Amino acid sequence: MSEQVEIDQETYDRLIAEGKSERIARAKAKAAAVRKAKAQGREEAGAADEGAARKEPAEAAVGDGEEGVPATKAATATEEVPAGRLTPAQRAARVAAALGPDGGGPNLQTREDHTHRLLAMIPPEGIQQVQSKQADKVYTWPHLFAVEFVSLLAVSALLLVVSYFLDPTFRALANPNLTPNPSKAPWYFLGLQELLRYFHPMVAGVTIPGVGLIVLGATPYLDRNPSMHPEYRKFAAMAFTFFMVMWTWLVVFGSFFRGPGFNFIWPWLDGLYFEM
Amino acid sequence: MFRPGSIYRRGYRDTSRDRALAAMNNVLYHLHPVKVKRHGLKLTYTYCLGGLSFFLFVGLTITGIFLMFFYRPTAGPGQELAYLDMRDIIANVTFGQLVRNLHRWAAHLMVFTVFLHMARVFYHGAYKPPREFNWVVGIMLLQLTLLLSFTGYLLPWDQLAIWAVQVGTSMMGYTPVFGRQVQFVLLGGVEIGPNTLLRWYVLHVLFLPFILVLFLAVHFWRIRKDGGISGPL
Repeated sequence: MSEQVEIDQETYDRLIAEGKSERIARAKAKAAAVRKAKAQGREEAGAADEGAARKEPAEAAVGDGEEGVPATKAATATEEVPAGRLTPAQRAARVAAALGPDGGGPNLQTREDHTHRLLAMIPPEGIQQVQSKQADKVYTWPHLFAVEFVSLLAVSALLLVVSYFLDPTFRALANPNLTPNPSKAPWYFLGLQELLRYFHPMVAGVTIPGVGLIVLGATPYLDRNPSMHPEYRKFAAMAFTFFMVMWTWLVVFGSFFRGPGFNFIWPWLDGLYFEM
Repeated sequence: MFRPGSIYRRGYRDTSRDRALAAMNNVLYHLHPVKVKRHGLKLTYTYCLGGLSFFLFVGLTITGIFLMFFYRPTAGPGQELAYLDMRDIIANVTFGQLVRNLHRWAAHLMVFTVFLHMARVFYHGAYKPPREFNWVVGIMLLQLTLLLSFTGYLLPWDQLAIWAVQVGTSMMGYTPVFGRQVQFVLLGGVEIGPNTLLRWYVLHVLFLPFILVLFLAVHFWRIRKDGGISGPL
């Protein structure tokens, strides 16, 4: 399609010379061409009216010098301003009319043909200043969902493969009169069972896990250090690592190094006494 | 060639608005916010441990419901239905062995992932304000996970099951003041028997999952309200 609207070559050249981009210059030049075409059309339609309108504000401006528009300037401006726009002098006249007969302070009287509503007055101290750092965020879809979906598939695949090839223990029917040796708790309680070797059942089975759980739950209320960086929370990291290592060691020891009678064994010499 | 938008009849418009709607217009996806912190995408930050724990819980619910169709929690002299049903699931039910294995291994894995999730949160200091109460909820969830796994341990009603539970519950009896009473309530008598099986079955399939889901809801809700996952170290 060829261009239907001509461009105003003069404006275009000026804008290009000013360093504007080709796209902006072309758009503005097009707009200028349209304006010019309109102004021409109007001039032909009512040249007489226009002439009158142009002279009148010039006179008003001369009379009202304090509005800040020198008469000479207004006169020259009249020549340049395209039709359909207010000249500075016209604008000044309108402002003077709107301000009322006294010409001073604002006229707060609501005119009948001009109504407006006041919705709210907000004192400046009522506006809250919310200051927060701009977080570096990305869309959950697809970025996070993709990661989660892949990890979910990986774990499903792992579980399926393990379940296909490995059958968990299923022994003979329960018999309350026949105690297997050793009889062990599930692996996650074998740490506690291991503790039974060293302490009274009351201590190993109740006090230590009870106090442990309470301390674990109260951790955020005991640890008042606000820092998240490992560098500044060495004690917390050390204490927790100690807890983790101790617990893992107890579970592993109870699982693999305890045989008949819950006595110590070497799993590679005496066999594995561990079932899941 | 696979065109990513092909599953949508009119094509997928990759705009900000559609990305936001993808997260907002689905009740499960809606657990996530529309946008997340960029560092949270790093696999080595969370290892997806919390999400995987939840995924395993959902999987355990599904496989568990499947097993419930074939299992009666009844035991007693001459009427060992629980054990017989277990044998039936393994030998005769279509995919019975596979689903039973999935249920069992996923349970062990869930204990493991919940524990690792706790360790991850601790080392990142993610339990610090404003997330301190969510840590407490998390500790409750850890205990519920252990209890769920432990109550499920009894259900096959084989030698491994009842003797493992025997060890666990006899330790419970040493609780000061009300240890014996707790043990009595949990066992439904003075020793493990048919009543214990029925009680632990109800705990395992109804009571504990119900409580766990309540705590899970609070846990997820608090993650959102406390500003998503914790910031970088």
